[in-house]
Amino acid sequence: MKVNTMAEMMANGQTPEILFWVGCAGSFDQRAQKITSAFATILDKTNINYAILGKEEACTGDPARRAGNEFMFQMMAYQNIQTLNGYNIKKIVTTCPHCFNTLKNEYPALGGNYEVIHHTTLLQELIEQGKIKFTDSNEWKGKSITYHDSCYLGRANEIYEAPRKVLESLDMELREMKRCKSKGLCCGAGGAQMFKEEEKGDKRINAERADEAIETKSDFVASACPFCNTMLTDGLKNREEEVKTEVLDIAEIIAQAIQ
Amino acid sequence: MALVAEIIFILLTSLALFSFAKKLGKIGRNIHLGKAVIINDQKASRFKNILLLAFGQKKMFRNPLVAILHLFVYVGFIIINIELLEIILDGITGSHRLFKPYLGNAYNFLINSFEILAALVLFACIVFLCRRNIIKLKRFVSKDLKGWPSTDANLILAIEIVLMSLFLLMNAADKESNFIVSRHLRPYIQNYSPSTLSLIEESCWWLHILGIYAFMNYLPYSKHLHIILAFPNAYYAPLVPKGQMHNMPSVQNEVLYAMQPELAPAEATVPDKFGATDVMDLSWKNLMDAYSCTECGRCSTACPANATGKLLSPRKIMMATRDRLEEVGENIDKNKQFVADGKTLLHDYITVEELRACTTCNACVEECPVSISPLDIIIELRRSLIMEQSNAPSEWNGMFSNIENNFAPWKFSPDDRDAWAK
Repeated sequence: MKVNTMAEMMANGQTPEILFWVGCAGSFDQRAQKITSAFATILDKTNINYAILGKEEACTGDPARRAGNEFMFQMMAYQNIQTLNGYNIKKIVTTCPHCFNTLKNEYPALGGNYEVIHHTTLLQELIEQGKIKFTDSNEWKGKSITYHDSCYLGRANEIYEAPRKVLESLDMELREMKRCKSKGLCCGAGGAQMFKEEEKGDKRINAERADEAIETKSDFVASACPFCNTMLTDGLKNREEEVKTEVLDIAEIIAQAIQ
Repeated sequence: MALVAEIIFILLTSLALFSFAKKLGKIGRNIHLGKAVIINDQKASRFKNILLLAFGQKKMFRNPLVAILHLFVYVGFIIINIELLEIILDGITGSHRLFKPYLGNAYNFLINSFEILAALVLFACIVFLCRRNIIKLKRFVSKDLKGWPSTDANLILAIEIVLMSLFLLMNAADKESNFIVSRHLRPYIQNYSPSTLSLIEESCWWLHILGIYAFMNYLPYSKHLHIILAFPNAYYAPLVPKGQMHNMPSVQNEVLYAMQPELAPAEATVPDKFGATDVMDLSWKNLMDAYSCTECGRCSTACPANATGKLLSPRKIMMATRDRLEEVGENIDKNKQFVADGKTLLHDYITVEELRACTTCNACVEECPVSISPLDIIIELRRSLIMEQSNAPSEWNGMFSNIENNFAPWKFSPDDRDAWAK
C-alpha cells in the first residue's frame, strides 16, 4: 500500500482532500496498526485523495493534558498546529477519539482551526453516499455484535449513532450492553490511565466492561478507539477459557466487507 | 390578644427572612472567593438550559419512576408556596383565609389542588425514606454519606412529611371548610369540641409556618440548597462539548514566548500558581457547583473508578469542596480575612489516590441532574499536582519524557511513525 505523506504531496504540487491523522496508538501499537491499515485500505478503495503527516505527526498532547501536564500539552499543540497550518490543512479524519477530541475541540483556542471528523462518521457518510459497497458474500450478515461507546466519542462529543449505523448497514445484529450510549461504561484507559497502573480497588475497569460485553453473548465486540480496543481485548483475555469473543474496530469490519 | 399574635408573627417572619438572607449573603461571598471567570455568552442557550435542566428536570428523567416522585415533591413545593402567601398575609393581618371571599369557587379549587399535591409530596417522601432506610439503595448507604450527610437527607424528608401533615391537619380542623384530602381526616377528630378543633387548627397553622421558616433557615446548611442553586447552576453550565477542557492561557503564553521570544512582552508576568490546591484557586462556578450538590450520588454510581472499588467518588469531591469552602468562610468570618490554617483542599480533603483514579470519562458530568462538573475540580487539582508539586506516578513521568523526546507516549523512534505503511 502506498501512503502519501503531506511532504511528498506538497513536493508534487498536490493537495489532498483530507489528512488522515493516524495518532500514536495507530502508528506504534501493533494491534492498532491493523486498524490503521484497515482504514487506509478503505480510503484507497473509495478513491479518497488523502495524506498522512508521517514522521511530522506528533502526540496531540491529550494524555499529558489530562494527567495535569498543561505545559507539555501546550508544547505539543504548538508544534502540531505549526505543522498543520504550514500545510494549510482544512480537513482531518482520525481513527482515535482522543486525537479527534483534542484536534476538534481544543486546538481552535490555540489557533488550529480544522474540520475534524472521526472515522466512524466518515464511514457512515461513505456508506450513505454509496461509495462503500459491500461484497455479495457479506460474511458479517446476521452475526451478533455489541458496540462499546468510547467516552471521547460518546459523552465527550455525542457521537452515538454513526458507529451503530455502520454496523447495521452490514445487516449485523446489534446487541446493546447494559450501560450504553450516554451511560456507557469507560474501558478504563482515558485520562492517561492507559499509561499507569490502576489505583487499588476490587476489580479492573476493563474486566468490568468485558463482563458486560460477555453478558450480551455477542459473536463480536466492536470498538471505535484503539485504547478501548486494547483494554477490552485484555479484559476478555481473562475470560478466554469461557468465551471466545474478538474485539474489532469498526474500520476493520468494513475493510473485510468492502468490494 | 390577636394584635399580640400579629406582632409576634411579623417579628418572627422578619427574623426568619433576615437570618436566611444573611446566610445566603455569606454563601454568595464564599462562592466569590473562587477565581473570576466570565460566563455571559449564548444567553438564549443558557435560558433554555434553565427551562430544560432546572424547571424541566431533564436529567432526572433518565430514571422516569424516580423522576415522577421527585416531580411531585418539586411541583408540590413550588405550588404550595402560593398558599404560603395567604398564610403569611393571614398572619400579618390577623385574618382567616384572606383570599377566600375574593376567589369564590376558585379558592376551593386551589386549596383542593394544594391538598392533592401535599398528599403526593407525602407519598413521595415516604417512598424516598424507604429507599434510603429500608431498601438501602447502594448510593444512599455509601461511605460518602456516613454521619451528618445521611442524617441531613432523612431530616429533610421528615420535615417535609411533618409540614405536609400539618397543612392537611390544619384544613381538616377548619370546620367551615371541606377540602378533598383533609375531609378524610375529619372522622378522626370530629368528636372534639369546637374550641379544641380551633385550637388544633391554630396550632397547626403556627407549627406549619414556623416549620417553614425553620426549614428555610436550615436550607443553606443542607444539601437541600439545590432547590435554589439548581437554577443558576443550569444557567452557567458549560455549553461546549464535554470533552473540551478549559484552556490555560497563562501556560499557552509561556510556551508561545519560549518558542517565539520576540512575542514576549517586556515585563512578562508569571502567574503565581498553576492549577488549584485550595478552594480559592477554583473558579466561582466550581464553588457554586459544590453548594448545588444534593449528594444524590448518581455521579458516583456511574463512575467507573467508584464502581470498581477505587477510592474516588465524584460526589465526595463535591462534598469535600463544600466542606472546605465552609471552613474557609468561617475562618474569614473570625479573622476578617483568610488566615492560613495549614490545610488545603488538595491532600487534606481530597487525596492524591482519589485524583489518580479518574479516567476523565465524563460519566459523572453526564449524570448530574444539576449541571455539576466534579471532573473540572479533579483536573484543576491534578494540574497542581503535576505542575506545582511534580507529583506524578513514575509511569506518567516516563510517558511525559517519551512525549517530549519521541513525540509519542511510548518509547518508539519518531522515525518509525509511518512504519505501518511500509
